[in-house]
Amino acid sequence: MLKIDARRKLADFEWRVRLEIRPGITALFGQSGAGKTSLVNMVAGLLTPDEGEIAIGGTCVFSRREGVNLPPERRPVGVVFQDGRLFPHLSVRGNLQYGRRGGARSAPTLEEVVELLELEALLGRRPMSLSGGEQQRVAIGRALLTAPDVLLLDEPLAGLDGERRGEVLGFLERLKRDSDRVIVYVTHRIEEVVRLADRLVLIDRGVIRSSGELQDLLGRPELQASIGQQSAGALLRCRIEHIDDGDGLSRLSCSGHTLLLPRLDLQSGSEGVAPSSRAGRPRSQGADVVLQVRAGDVSLSLEPPRQSSVLNVMSGMVERVVQEDGALADVVVNVGQTLWARVTRRSVRELGLSTGVRVYATIKAASLYSAN
Amino acid sequence: MTPVWEIAALSLKVSLWAVACSLPVGIACAWVLARCRFPGKILLDGLVHLPLVTPPVVVGYLLLIVLGRNGWLGRLFHDWFGITFTFTWKGAAVAAAVMAFPLMVRAIRLGIESVDRRLEEAARTLGATPARSLFTVTLPLAAPGLLTGTLLAFARCLGEFGATITFVSNVPGQTRTLPLAIYTLLQTPEGETAAAWLAGVSLALAIVALAGSELAARAVRKRLN
Repeated sequence: MLKIDARRKLADFEWRVRLEIRPGITALFGQSGAGKTSLVNMVAGLLTPDEGEIAIGGTCVFSRREGVNLPPERRPVGVVFQDGRLFPHLSVRGNLQYGRRGGARSAPTLEEVVELLELEALLGRRPMSLSGGEQQRVAIGRALLTAPDVLLLDEPLAGLDGERRGEVLGFLERLKRDSDRVIVYVTHRIEEVVRLADRLVLIDRGVIRSSGELQDLLGRPELQASIGQQSAGALLRCRIEHIDDGDGLSRLSCSGHTLLLPRLDLQSGSEGVAPSSRAGRPRSQGADVVLQVRAGDVSLSLEPPRQSSVLNVMSGMVERVVQEDGALADVVVNVGQTLWARVTRRSVRELGLSTGVRVYATIKAASLYSAN
Repeated sequence: MTPVWEIAALSLKVSLWAVACSLPVGIACAWVLARCRFPGKILLDGLVHLPLVTPPVVVGYLLLIVLGRNGWLGRLFHDWFGITFTFTWKGAAVAAAVMAFPLMVRAIRLGIESVDRRLEEAARTLGATPARSLFTVTLPLAAPGLLTGTLLAFARCLGEFGATITFVSNVPGQTRTLPLAIYTLLQTPEGETAAAWLAGVSLALAIVALAGSELAARAVRKRLN
């Protein structure tokens, strides 16, 4: 358990966080400059709050009132930084073995971590000669070897391209096995949140906007607002009815609707996931999945389309229309869950789309993929 | 006249001792100047640089006052450790060390400043105390600066003249290092040939030191990349 109740004046706003984080993976989500890294630095002991308290598993690591401020090396905290920060003068093995801390938790052996993160072939190499993804794997391993009670991952994938990101994500999923450790995963990418996190904390300008179980927060407007319309569109919670419904399609139920999409167990995921990580994803019948539906992949009609190649039709009610500058508009449709459709303003006008209008949202099966 | 090799050996002994003894202090000063913020830092910075801008004779005179037989620190060293600086090679080493100190600190400070502080932070989150972080991360990564600082100081020590002759005079076998010997020979009739020899030795030592440090710098750079 990680307890934070602290304040600090930052450059352009006051950072003020009150938060309890339980074991498991908690995503700390927010735009850049929202105060995410400040939280990481304060928990790790690299930044001192002006006021308040921080406690890890009942041990106070910072308290202004009691005059406690443990230095970073005495806090049971591991950090994986955005830029890796491997020591360039040490080999991969040297980097992994650098950490030491006599915590209560029994440390994994070097062999275990090397196996978990598939680092065997890299051990003798220098950090400079590694790819970005490999560097982050080493950084994760280095932090794990100090057996921290709290593991902070500060946008560990931010510096990587799509393919590398998928590769490292696969390894990060393996951390889920470790259920009794507090893992805080800082990111501003919703795909990473739905794939990794159990719980979600939304932070904006140094204040926690909401926090809770990921499943409960997915459809909430404040999350949608902070994701931004075009980046992710909507997230739909679905249940797998049939993993193979024939023709290589999986059938999902979603708030009473039926959705068909290319077989989930064969999808490589949105990020080009490394093969080794596929096994860890829920792909069995009855399992819950989260689908990411980009607003641009959703089209709207006033009647159910006939004789169309589109397999997925969901009926719903227009909640509101967000007019944008230029030719496009975003339409928020309630289909039991919230769906975003990006259409032209001309269509809005010609179909007479406004709050309360009944519409049929169609989504091509080929454009659907699971986000987790 | 003392044989050439004896003079060269004395010069080397004085310079090596001067560098070896001032290096830890130099590293500490460089680290403080590079990494710490405190009131009066500008005073420390100025004090370190003083020998660079003061006439060497003045530095030698100040050393005489402080470390001479009747100087307060000189008496302390004599009474507590049995070390006398006046007219001895130890005094010559002190004079050389003081004169070379600013060069040493400047180069090491630049080396330390070039090390990414975020790596030190990472070391701390991995359980390293500040001292361990200094010795295992900062200094190894500042190695090129350390090397340059050491070499510059060594070269400066070999060439030291003014402060030495003022502080510990020109005693054959004790404080008559290469520059002092050359000076003495040039004052003597028909000493020019011997002086030329000694000048050649000085030049050779400088070249060897330079080449050695270049090789070491290459090895260090190879290790870091």
